[in-house]
Amino acid sequence: MSQVLLAKSNMPALVKFLAARQKVVAPVKVDKDHYKFEEVTSFEEMSLDYIPTILPPKKYYMPQHETLLTYDTSNGQSMEAIVEVEELVLFGVHTCDLAGTQCLNVVFSDRPRDIHYLIRKTHFTLIGIECTDYCDEYANCAMMRNHLPKGGYDIFLSDIGDYYYVDVSTDKGDQIVAHSGLFEPVRADAEKGLSEMRERKKQIFKSEVPIRYQDIPRLFEETFESDVWHQLGDRCVSCGNCTNVCPTCYCFDVIDEPELDATKGRRYRVWDSCQNEDFAKIAGGESFREHRYDRKRHRFNRKFRYPMERYNRVFCVGCGRCSRSCMAKINLKETINALIEERG
Amino acid sequence: MERIHIHHSGYEIKQGRIVQIKELTAHEKLFRIVLPHGEILDQDPGQFVEVSLFGVGEAPISVCSSPTQFEDFELCVRKAGRFTEALHQLKVGDEIGIRGPFGVGFPIVPLEGNDVLLIAGGLGIAPLRSLIKFIIDNRRMFGKVSILLGCRDPQSMLFADELDDWARRIDLQFLCSIDKAAPEWGGHVGYINQLIPGVTLDPLKTFAVACGPPVMYRSVVDELLKKGFTDDRIYLSLERHMKCGLGKCGHCQIHDIYCCQDGPVFSYSKLKTMKGAI
Repeated sequence: MSQVLLAKSNMPALVKFLAARQKVVAPVKVDKDHYKFEEVTSFEEMSLDYIPTILPPKKYYMPQHETLLTYDTSNGQSMEAIVEVEELVLFGVHTCDLAGTQCLNVVFSDRPRDIHYLIRKTHFTLIGIECTDYCDEYANCAMMRNHLPKGGYDIFLSDIGDYYYVDVSTDKGDQIVAHSGLFEPVRADAEKGLSEMRERKKQIFKSEVPIRYQDIPRLFEETFESDVWHQLGDRCVSCGNCTNVCPTCYCFDVIDEPELDATKGRRYRVWDSCQNEDFAKIAGGESFREHRYDRKRHRFNRKFRYPMERYNRVFCVGCGRCSRSCMAKINLKETINALIEERG
Repeated sequence: MERIHIHHSGYEIKQGRIVQIKELTAHEKLFRIVLPHGEILDQDPGQFVEVSLFGVGEAPISVCSSPTQFEDFELCVRKAGRFTEALHQLKVGDEIGIRGPFGVGFPIVPLEGNDVLLIAGGLGIAPLRSLIKFIIDNRRMFGKVSILLGCRDPQSMLFADELDDWARRIDLQFLCSIDKAAPEWGGHVGYINQLIPGVTLDPLKTFAVACGPPVMYRSVVDELLKKGFTDDRIYLSLERHMKCGLGKCGHCQIHDIYCCQDGPVFSYSKLKTMKGAI
């Protein structure tokens, strides 16, 4: 753990340094309201002043289609398990998305461990960046306490004017600092700049919904039979947008894909969604979450209550993507407000 | 993208070989499987395996033989979809992929020294058979043992020859009921929960273990509670879509639990805290 400074004028040189060594992905502007993580080779291609990307960094950690093994049935059932990896720098990751990868880490490290995920992530370098203001009205990061850095990065950049105050938290990060030669020692005025910025943030970021963090799981327990779920069920179209864009939704299906000769092929996993009608269906055809309200309620509880019991962690990071992408304009903050109001 | 070959992935299969196939009914077949190099499956009664056919897919199937049967294990498979239809096409000598065993099975340890009431509905007899055979092979470990079996009709009755044996044994009480009256059926007619009041037992020294379709559980649990069973002495095996078996994919999740890892067998005291579980 060490702290250094990086002049903003050195950012192009830093990206150039990194891109010369491995693939760098960063937020890139798609259109007026949309950004995505994409490969860049220069600082100019990035948009570091961005609202959460359409898909979170999850798309690198657990790719939408991920080969688990290749098989050959020409003589019985033989196979070879594989992991697809690439060296990757994720540049400019918001604190909400860092928290999202921490949630995924917890799930895939829980026994029985997912070796595929755990090997892949060792090939990543994470460079986080601090938000100094809300992305937009959909974000609920202060409520989830994710507007401030809570680890999960190799290097973290905090904007203090002409410089970034840089927290280097791993050996991997330290190597970049040492070999790029672009960083400077911390000066006293920079410490002051950082604390002033954080003070300003205190005035900006306030819990977006009137509930204390520690009371959230109980709210969902007490409102399990709430009419709010039926209202959401009436609006939800089960498109699965909310689960696809969520940094902590990790449900998947496993599918075989034969090659043309039908003897060789691969088994891969693909993102699935608890919002799909078939998701909890069993062989006889019975579905255990047949109704949309039940699936919607399941998803909310899987963010705010169940993981608290299982992993001692809330799985909403406050990025606001589900509300931003909902076809039926189901809004997370409004939903929680409605639950609070109904419970009284 | 670089491909690294790995071992100890949770998705690696063992190459099981089919050594015997028995047609139990028009829809169910019993497969006897051996693992390579004489490896034993080492399962608990009530655990399941993921059965795989590359190019077709994978499905969770309960092991229906007892762990006291060391040399091989048995799977009872109902033809219910694309994957199980493909399994039904297989011949003796064919290979199938096996992952597991997975999950928490029937509560052997608490059961020891107690009377046991076993309740199976329909295909539920398959998983429960692993426990019944375990009990028969370790008969001294348990007190009075009663088996209640419910079937749609006599034609759908699985393991018919074994049922005759269980009915003849002096160390088991065996009762069977079919849902609707049928010609040449001299036994009970009605749903399985209706058999429960007639069984003589002491609920304070008896554990009830039930396995069957979801619709059966509500009525069975009601009868057991009426009979004086406490919640923690009732165990149920839940059917869910256990896709990965590793507590990750989410298909079998009920509230904060994954059936594939935390179950499929749960005490009713646990299940009643989870709305929608049964």
